[in-house]
Amino acid sequence: MSASKAAASPPRRRVSPLRYVMPGIVLFWLAMTFIGHAVAPYSGAAIQDADLFEGMSRKFLLGTDYLGRDMLSRILEGARFTVGISLAATALAVGAGLLLALTASAVGGLVDQVLSRFLDALISIPSKMFGLVVVAAFGASIPVLIITMAIIYVPGCYRINRAAAVNIAALDFVAVARSRGESTFYIMLREILPNMVGTTLADFGLRFIYVVLLLSSLSFLGLGVQPPDADWGSLVRENMPGLPYGAPAVLMPALAIASLTIAVNLSIDAFYGSRRAREGVH
Amino acid sequence: MTGSIGTLLLGRLLAAIATLWFVATMVFIITNLLPGDVAQELLGQSATPEAVAGLRKSLGLDVPPFERYLTWLGGLVRGDAGRSLVNGMPVGDLIGSRLGNSLLLAGITALVAVPLALALGIAAAVKRGSIYDRAIGMGTVLAVSVPEFLVASAAVLVFAVHLRWLPALSQLGRIETFWDGFRVFALPVMTLTFVIMAQMARMTRAALVDVLSSSYIEMAKLKGASAARIVIWHALPNAIGPIANAIAFSLSFLLGGVIIVETIFNYPGIAKLMVDGVATRDIPLVQACAMLFCGAYLLLVTAADVAAILANPRLRHR
Repeated sequence: MSASKAAASPPRRRVSPLRYVMPGIVLFWLAMTFIGHAVAPYSGAAIQDADLFEGMSRKFLLGTDYLGRDMLSRILEGARFTVGISLAATALAVGAGLLLALTASAVGGLVDQVLSRFLDALISIPSKMFGLVVVAAFGASIPVLIITMAIIYVPGCYRINRAAAVNIAALDFVAVARSRGESTFYIMLREILPNMVGTTLADFGLRFIYVVLLLSSLSFLGLGVQPPDADWGSLVRENMPGLPYGAPAVLMPALAIASLTIAVNLSIDAFYGSRRAREGVH
Repeated sequence: MTGSIGTLLLGRLLAAIATLWFVATMVFIITNLLPGDVAQELLGQSATPEAVAGLRKSLGLDVPPFERYLTWLGGLVRGDAGRSLVNGMPVGDLIGSRLGNSLLLAGITALVAVPLALALGIAAAVKRGSIYDRAIGMGTVLAVSVPEFLVASAAVLVFAVHLRWLPALSQLGRIETFWDGFRVFALPVMTLTFVIMAQMARMTRAALVDVLSSSYIEMAKLKGASAARIVIWHALPNAIGPIANAIAFSLSFLLGGVIIVETIFNYPGIAKLMVDGVATRDIPLVQACAMLFCGAYLLLVTAADVAAILANPRLRHR
């Protein structure tokens, strides 16, 4: 199996310049999260001397929005909210989910049962509905959004990571470690965790995408990031009246969302793929 | 307890009911943490304190939360979800008039999406590494990564604004022929299918690829089994659990996706009813809708569990 995989991988690698482009796009948006304000050509809040829903021009590269503001600047400044909030929520969700999954698989028994039941119950509240109800209850401040989305995606992370961890925990080398008298903590971190890093990272990437999409959807419904702050979902929402005119103001923030999520997705695939190839050797 | 299939399934059923009760409790807790006062909201800022207090009493909001919880839970069990705070109609009637529409939309979408997704996913797993697999992979990555509102508005832009083939809004009242029905459902179903199919195909492929790369499949290849036999006879039975999970998971995306789709197409379904309920703080309505969605999801998950148990004998004696 390993030999056939190794033989199959070189031609696949040769044909993917995407391997370097996609992580590049991710890094670009990550950078914009921190320096978007500094590099934007105009102030995103300033109303320019221009028509509403203007098309692309040299002065306004991505056109103008429903108030005649520069779209490029608004998108660059919006990266801070979309990427920043999503990253924080994903990190919280994956961290908590992974920890719980390792605990459940290493300890097993009642702890596993109770955790799995509890989180299965939480997961049976669809994410958007959970978001709608909680945001309606507590308002849409940024900390509430982060914590809500983290809570929403903990059960999913837990489920994926637990499935991987339980499989590994049933393997012989873990049984050997147990009979050696290793502590539960040691088994979690040194026996199980190193063998599921790929799964966890791939899950982090996918989870990040879900969070970006959920945040964008909430903002699109007017229940996410609130004015005067605007993430990419809010930008699409406020410019929807430009849809019949095919204004770039509708298309561009949506494309920004797509470029980020697609780039993350393909980066994870590329990374995961190379990991799989390396794992095939052992 | 050695667990015959029967007791095991009974256990799953009981667990599902217990989970539903837990969800009900969660929903009640979250909705009752809502700050602000429904009575105040209904009467506006200029209402006198006496009027607000009177309305609170008539709505039953002056009762302690735990008592309200018991009353509400008892009502749910009997199928009585209370009355809407906004227009005083029984919540059951409001939901009843919309439920069929949403089930219809979900049902049509599932009928279109599930076979399509399974076929695409299995084909991609079998032809792993081929141009076809890569095309399917890119397609699913695209579809999974794009927000529903973008898919929906792009569909509206193309089919309703530019081509003028289909209506931008879904009006159920005027269906007389099959063609009318097709026109009404085409855009919402197209959007929802696009959203859940990708997820399902991707997970199906992943599950099958996982099985196909295990050593007993190598063994089957070495003994000279045909490709079709390996996939159908050797690999698929061991992938049914994950595939059933994939379907359940993806259909749960459907439950979330309809919130956006019903809103954008103004489709008179239960998700739209709930979104409106959240906006007007109609707590009994929101609670009932949430319970309905969660019940549907639990049903799917339990079905996936059962499929996994039946497909994998080892799990029966865990």
